[in-house]
Amino acid sequence: MANYKWIITLTVFATTALSMGCDLSTDTTNGPEITAAGEIVIRKGNGTEPQTLDPHRAQGVPEANILRDLYEGLISEAPSGKLVPGVAERWEISADGKAYTFHLRGNARWSNGAPVTAEDFVYSLRRSVDPITGSSYAAILSPIKNASAIIRGQKAPESLGVKAIGAHTIKIQLQAPTPYFLGLLTHTSTYPVYRPAVEKYGTTFTQPGNNVSNGAYRLTEWVIASHVTLRRNPYYWNNIKTRIDIVKYYGINDSEAEMRRYRAGELDWTASVPLGQLEWVQAHLPEEYRAAPYLGTYYYGLNLTRPPFKGNRAIREALSLAIDRKLLVEKVIRGGEIAAYGWVPPGVRNYTGQSFAYADWPRRRQIQVARRLYHQAGYSRSHPLSVEIRYNTSEDHQKIGTVIASMWKAVLGVKTTLINEEWKVFLQNVQARRATQVYRASWIGDYNDAYTFAELMHSRFGLNGAGYANPVYDHLLDQATTEVGKSQRRALLERAERMLLRDHPLIPIYFYVSKHLLKPYIEGYQDNIMDHHYTKDLRVRLRTGRHNDTPD
Amino acid sequence: MLTYSLRRAGAAVPTLFILVTLAFILIRLAPGGPFDTERQLPAAVEANLEQKYHLQEPLFQQYTDYLWGIAHGDFGPSFQYPDVTVTQLICAGFPVSFKLGASAMLLALTTGITLGVIAAVRQNRVTDYGVMMLAMLGISIPNFVLAPLLILCLAVYLDWLPAGGAENWQDYILPVITLAAVQIAYIARLTRGAMIEVLRSSFIRTARAKGLSMHIVLFRHALPAALAPVVSYVGPATAGIITGSVVVEAIFGLPGLGHHFVNGALNRDYTLVLGIVLFYGMLVILLNLIVDLLYAWLDPRIKY
Repeated sequence: MANYKWIITLTVFATTALSMGCDLSTDTTNGPEITAAGEIVIRKGNGTEPQTLDPHRAQGVPEANILRDLYEGLISEAPSGKLVPGVAERWEISADGKAYTFHLRGNARWSNGAPVTAEDFVYSLRRSVDPITGSSYAAILSPIKNASAIIRGQKAPESLGVKAIGAHTIKIQLQAPTPYFLGLLTHTSTYPVYRPAVEKYGTTFTQPGNNVSNGAYRLTEWVIASHVTLRRNPYYWNNIKTRIDIVKYYGINDSEAEMRRYRAGELDWTASVPLGQLEWVQAHLPEEYRAAPYLGTYYYGLNLTRPPFKGNRAIREALSLAIDRKLLVEKVIRGGEIAAYGWVPPGVRNYTGQSFAYADWPRRRQIQVARRLYHQAGYSRSHPLSVEIRYNTSEDHQKIGTVIASMWKAVLGVKTTLINEEWKVFLQNVQARRATQVYRASWIGDYNDAYTFAELMHSRFGLNGAGYANPVYDHLLDQATTEVGKSQRRALLERAERMLLRDHPLIPIYFYVSKHLLKPYIEGYQDNIMDHHYTKDLRVRLRTGRHNDTPD
Repeated sequence: MLTYSLRRAGAAVPTLFILVTLAFILIRLAPGGPFDTERQLPAAVEANLEQKYHLQEPLFQQYTDYLWGIAHGDFGPSFQYPDVTVTQLICAGFPVSFKLGASAMLLALTTGITLGVIAAVRQNRVTDYGVMMLAMLGISIPNFVLAPLLILCLAVYLDWLPAGGAENWQDYILPVITLAAVQIAYIARLTRGAMIEVLRSSFIRTARAKGLSMHIVLFRHALPAALAPVVSYVGPATAGIITGSVVVEAIFGLPGLGHHFVNGALNRDYTLVLGIVLFYGMLVILLNLIVDLLYAWLDPRIKY
């Protein structure tokens, strides 16, 4: 019997020790990693593994984060998101807004010491739009003269409206004045690539050893499914200002795993914060938590090519009215997201976001009108609407879907079925428009301009899953692309958004917020709507009494 | 034994052929394709990509081309990672999975067998109950619960070990423990059962009657006989532990093959998935062969 007592005592002791141990607070204020050679290392969680480091074929956010450190385009961004000179130190825009002349800085160099020339940009922009390259972002270069025809395979890449005038001047001719063109030039698909490396190594020019880049960093290591290491580029024209010597990007899919590694002091920066942990983070790591409005909208698309939404605006509006977005973001999502009553997120350059007429109505009135429209559309409590919400499998989408279904049920009596599908299946169904009724989607802007949101609902835009085809809307957008006057263009786009909101081909739910955890010793970080952060602008505060050359 | 091994290797060819054919058909049946994204590709770009990967050819031709390729050791380019080939991905991922799986198996065998023997010798005493209780815990705590617990206590709070990554040997300690826990439990139970049975048999009684020491009886006579069920378990378990560490690899951020397998399937990376299926197939066949050969070595009654 004595033996059993021992076991019980031990078990109780071990459990208490364990749970007490787990209550100890963590010390996350330890400094950054410093190599034996005294180099400062910053370790960033970066979401998923990059699929390619070819700036012209990259698609995702993780790729772009790395590429922004590796390469520099004609234009760059300050930490605040403000456009600043990149490789181009100055530029002139013609009076009609259709010709841009860029003067490259004479001291811009590739990571092998070779000078960056106008010819490099001509070659790279042609490569980016050439269908042979296989860029999925080629279409965003359509404002450049002849780009669309080249992307369609109708013209040779050499016909692109980009010309080198001498070694350090480049002239870009546009199809139509494009006020966001300078911002577009910060996109990875406009980055220069080093022609000799591309020609010598083909697709493997992106590998360490083969890669030559012109940004503040160069590629030294790429372990697939683990991490990518960059080291400072000694030839970078502004290398003297770079404070961080080594950047490591870790592709960690699972945000919970990322957070654990952050808390264990193995990461200095996270790509996201798990939804379920937000409250804990806000309570325990308020100094390290950074959330900022982000250029994205989470929405429900309505398939206008099939019943019940085809030709029935009343029911679409009723469903939108019935959603209590404020309750949804404050009580369900709880991550600081902004309730969306419009399509274009707030904070976009040269633009005022539009809203539904009912955005500011008291909830009671919203419900009343929703019910009236529901009856107008021919439905009632005894003859309710049955509808399917389709979403790609994810706990968060399911949670939101369930809450919206219950709001529709409570306000209108709608019977909702939730259908989850694997990502690729879901995409195919949304694009085919045969099975979908309501589908979950989100749209993240590619550049800081309202047009990147507006074009999604253009009838000729390939990804218009709602099947929205309004000739007036299309015409407004087409007019906006050729409009020279800034304020006229703005007015056209704002009118288009109001029209879109009136027609309800989609139900915006919330505007995104970017979320990061940053160790307190990282300085130089600023929130910006694109969520672009260049490592060259960051610095670290070393612990007092320590020198740069003390090994960690 | 050599002829036997060669015969087994010969028999593996049709098995692998059927495996690849089935996998090829199944992955092509899955809706959606590798180039479906939220962003629509311009038609000319898509046509170029399809040509690059030969997707515009009739399915049967793609199939025969693929077989021709693997017969020459070429697994083709990856869809998901266009800068590298499937062979490169497997060569990079396998060592990680192998290190993880082999260390976990080694740990599981040494600890499991030791615990099993102790439990058997002390049958129905406190030690036995203690070991079996631990084993029960090991079997019933899933690794996706154990892993975060270990990380939280040993990495986050105590800061003794890393929470993830694969850059140093220390990074492997927690994943190996996590992966081994279930196996330790199974092996301990198997060893205990077999050992108890063997200890009751007449040849052990003879050995003890001859006055041999307990150690010699246990380790020279009883243990080899008791290991047979463990060995037959270890073959498939090793294959499972190397291929099935997907969850553990994901939690600890290890760049192993499991990661590629799951993501490859989700992204419709046809060549990557087929390559890994084929590779796993060969691995399982090889491990089973090794187990059968070990059997013959352990048990003199078995001859090939």
